Amino acid sequence: MDQLSAVFAALADPTRRAILARLADGEATVNQLAEPFPISLQAVSKHLKVLEQAGLITRGRDAQWRPCRLEAGPLRDVSEWAERYRHFWDARYDRLDSYLQELRQTTDTDHDEPRSRK
Amino acid sequence: MTENFSLELQGDRELTMTRIFDAPLALVWAAHSKAEHLKHWWARGHEMDGEIDFRPGGKWRFVEHGDNGERWAFRGEFQEIVPEQLIVQTFEFEGMPGHISVERLNFEEKDGKTYLTSTVTFDSEADRDGMVESGMEGGARQSYLALDAYLKEMAR
Repeated sequence: MDQLSAVFAALADPTRRAILARLADGEATVNQLAEPFPISLQAVSKHLKVLEQAGLITRGRDAQWRPCRLEAGPLRDVSEWAERYRHFWDARYDRLDSYLQELRQTTDTDHDEPRSRK
Repeated sequence: MTENFSLELQGDRELTMTRIFDAPLALVWAAHSKAEHLKHWWARGHEMDGEIDFRPGGKWRFVEHGDNGERWAFRGEFQEIVPEQLIVQTFEFEGMPGHISVERLNFEEKDGKTYLTSTVTFDSEADRDGMVESGMEGGARQSYLALDAYLKEMAR
């Protein structure tokens, strides 16, 4: 699996997204990250492993402490991809929106066969 | 960016977009099922030629013309049509032949507005990335969300 795919797969899970959002505010330990979730420490560790393999987080060396830190790079790649896709479709749908308004103004009561002004 | 539009990533090869239109369903449906309407919006302001055989198994092909003589051609086939409810169609950029994604468009009317939910499934990870690299470049302004804002949005 290429890196971008690993990132997409990692982001597919809402718990992992919430973990990343928490880490955007700064480093945290596994215990701190687990606090808001009704799941075991072990389950949180599993999520962290997926995030680490996707390159989304790194973990400190200290065996006891091992704070997790967000790595912005891969996330930025996904964010850029999604943003470009979103922008493309947003522009297309805005066009459709204006066209629909145009149709509504020029259409008789029968909406099934709208006539264009052009 | 408009508030009535959302895009969500679903795993590594799928995404869902929802757009709310202030227009009756019949009109939004017509705008998707007739070439005379599609050419007014599909190419985002570019000139476009289109042929569309709107029936299950029927094919469609659009050619978009850029401002500097560029040509982008797209084609696909209608796999499933439920009038005023559902269109399932394939999508292929002729610049990347053989890389076919599937678009599933759901139409629903609520309080006089039309909710269009579109799920796009890419053939492979490479197709997903290539989609943006090639066909989407034309006219797409690059604008990036701040990382922080994006994370907060995702966590919702």
